[in-house]
Amino acid sequence: MSRKDHADIAPGRLSSEQLARNFDDVAPPLDRQSALIAAQRCYYCYDAPCIQACPTGIDIPSFIRRITTDNLRGAATDILGANVLGGMCARVCPTEILCEGSCVRNTAESQPVQIGALQRYATDWVFETNTPLFERAPASGKRAAVVGAGPAGLSCAHALARAGHDVTVFDAKPKPGGLNEYGIAEYKVLEFAAREIEWLLSVGGIAWEGNRALGENLHLADLRRDYDAVFLGLGLSGVNALGIEGEALAGVRNAVDFIADLRQCDDFTQLPVGRRVVVIGGGNTAIDAAIQSKKLGAESVTMVYRRGSASMSATWAEQEFAKTQGVTVIEWAQPRRILGDGAVSAIEFEYTQLDEAGRLAGSGDYLMLAADTVLKAIGQSLLAPRANGDGSAVIETRNGRIVVNAEFETSVRGVWAGGDCVGSKVDLTVQAVEDGKRAARAIHARLGGNGKAEN
Amino acid sequence: MADLRNNFVGVRSPNPFWLASAPPTDKAYNVIRAFEAGWGGVVWKTLGLDPHVVNVSSRYGAVQWNGQRIAGLNNIELITDRPLQVNLDEIRQVKRDWPDRAMIVSLMVPCDEASWKYILPMVEDTGCDAVELNFGCPHGMSERGMGSAVGQVPEYVEQVARWVKQHSRLPCIVKLTPNITDIRHSARAAFRGGADAVSLINTINSIVSVDLDLMAPTPTVDGKGTHGGYCGPAVKPIALNMVAEIARDTETPNLPISAIGGIGTWRDAAEFMALGAGNVQVCTAAMHYGFRIVDDMIAGLSNWMDQKGYRTLEDFRGRAVPNVTDWKFLNLKYDIKARIDQDKCIKCGLCHIACEDTAHQAILKEKDGKRHFEVVDSECVGCNLCMHVCPVDNCITMQRVDEGGYANWTTHPNNPSSVKETA
Repeated sequence: MSRKDHADIAPGRLSSEQLARNFDDVAPPLDRQSALIAAQRCYYCYDAPCIQACPTGIDIPSFIRRITTDNLRGAATDILGANVLGGMCARVCPTEILCEGSCVRNTAESQPVQIGALQRYATDWVFETNTPLFERAPASGKRAAVVGAGPAGLSCAHALARAGHDVTVFDAKPKPGGLNEYGIAEYKVLEFAAREIEWLLSVGGIAWEGNRALGENLHLADLRRDYDAVFLGLGLSGVNALGIEGEALAGVRNAVDFIADLRQCDDFTQLPVGRRVVVIGGGNTAIDAAIQSKKLGAESVTMVYRRGSASMSATWAEQEFAKTQGVTVIEWAQPRRILGDGAVSAIEFEYTQLDEAGRLAGSGDYLMLAADTVLKAIGQSLLAPRANGDGSAVIETRNGRIVVNAEFETSVRGVWAGGDCVGSKVDLTVQAVEDGKRAARAIHARLGGNGKAEN
Repeated sequence: MADLRNNFVGVRSPNPFWLASAPPTDKAYNVIRAFEAGWGGVVWKTLGLDPHVVNVSSRYGAVQWNGQRIAGLNNIELITDRPLQVNLDEIRQVKRDWPDRAMIVSLMVPCDEASWKYILPMVEDTGCDAVELNFGCPHGMSERGMGSAVGQVPEYVEQVARWVKQHSRLPCIVKLTPNITDIRHSARAAFRGGADAVSLINTINSIVSVDLDLMAPTPTVDGKGTHGGYCGPAVKPIALNMVAEIARDTETPNLPISAIGGIGTWRDAAEFMALGAGNVQVCTAAMHYGFRIVDDMIAGLSNWMDQKGYRTLEDFRGRAVPNVTDWKFLNLKYDIKARIDQDKCIKCGLCHIACEDTAHQAILKEKDGKRHFEVVDSECVGCNLCMHVCPVDNCITMQRVDEGGYANWTTHPNNPSSVKETA
């Protein structure tokens, strides 16, 4: 038996029809009738808690009321005016802990208004028809560079372009979108990410340059010289390692890479997946990787997290969904070593518990799981922008994030940053959009605007 | 088990639920289905003189409100569009087959004695129990001097009622149009003419909506629309008031009333009967859901009567009439304040914004920096608005806070024509 034979990783475990069903829209869109019924459940609260709960402050009761009057353009303007990636957020936001989690309908009925689904209903048509909703202000003659085409960068770029500035967006990847394009589960977004970006860029004044990696073929000093303002929406592109024996074995890989491959794959029958998959981590990346492994036809998928479910960054709704998809979740166990001869064959965990001081500690009790694939999803980290040239432009970081002031400006004057790379509140798409929006406001003010880069 | 048997101007039916003169009672097929479903009686869709009328295609328009498909309905359909003899034959046969059910025949003929004298014997010959004079339809027939064109002129109402009583032994019910300023004048005219009863309300003249693409009212007939008769749940409050006005009018004492207007449930029926109606007629609700709705109307009314200890319909009929009064007699010393049940409050803020923007700024929205809604008694006038906008049942209630006593506008010092009380 050759060493390769240990790892049962193969494509085509399921028929193309089954795969198509598995990766269909996880939350199909509402039709008009369903949307009206859902919208009519909204009480149109005054100073509504859902607005407070939305990082981008979308006026939710207003857009829902507009749905009930068939004023979809008005509803979409409400949403996209506050959150230009409102289409994506309608799909990926953990609404159960944001708007829907704060809906007053929960109090009496434990059943919030379907805000996410309604937001999708109100905006889908915009992207399907590529309808412009916003106009650019007269040209300011100023130029801004945005590094990173994820939610923060796109939000900032759109707001600056609307304010009349000319923007160039750079990204290390060949396509714009960041995690929306490479990092989110396929069944949540289908082909939506690209369509949304096409619409977003259609506002005009935004140039796109892919395959430009900061520190490699793109340099901060050059950007500062050539542009009037620079925004960094770098995300967290490093992946944390387990630091245990066997991590280099074939079949052990980063969950983000697995998801990126899947998102860029045109034919899932050609996409290899293990028979027995173990995912390590408790965040949305772990959940997305686990569910998609199952959907690709893995026989068993086990998600292992070193603490209890309450500590997972994946919400309860995500965890529930994973379980309904056939993912086994094991809590309170951390990986100790990965076994295999060339390729992974098993992974050993030690059960954990909290010691008297409340710290996580091994229990001395072990668990061995057979595995062909180990997907690591224990967090991502900032790849700090490297100083270059004369070294004067050193971006200050703290705790692995870029330090910014209240206006999202970094330690280097003229360079702003937002999104996961600054970690202002929560590492969510919707927060990144808000960061980009606020940074754009500050940049616009600096560039001589009125401080309102949008609306 | 309550006794729901009804005797209305001598017409007996097993329950007080009749189907109103309208499309559901257009022909034997429908009426038989209605009787099978349990309806106590029908008012056969209005007969006229031959040659029969013709109807247009596209006849109903609906007001949809907040998910309710038919909050109100209007129609531009005319009276029966079948030959008179066909209707008379069917009426005779159905009455023969269903002798315990009330069979009322609605009539609309030109406003001359000869026409009434001509049709009445033929109708009486069917064995029907009574006639109802359609003085109400506000569309189509009114352009030809019938329907509401008669009902809007008290002298005509009186005259026709008199002709009918002269030329027929049948009980005569005059159906009143609400498209007038004071319903009592029409009722008094019918009373003077010798009518045995009135029924009301007929439909309200209306345009239900405008199609903004066609730029035409709905229902639209080849690009044009016309005013039609409005009915359904939305008109019930108007009907309740008109019934009450007649019930407490001293000029029409004990005039029997068959109530019509937005009745779809046993509760609606009980409300009309509490205001003096002898029975009720239903149309829109049946058109929306079919004849089977009578099942709950019967069971619901019976259960409610049992619960309240009412044995017969007469036990509660008219009980609310003495409590309908004029504004000037309302007790000005009565004082209520809103009370918000904090355990039930879901913090939607609707009470606050309604009071803040449109009433008396009597509900605070914050307490100790937190979202919290509380009534300021000194500002609350007890208007009930917050209670109505609150989406949670019994979360906001009104509590009486006055110390008793009675005083009304007639003696109030601010009333320029107040009656001076002698000490």
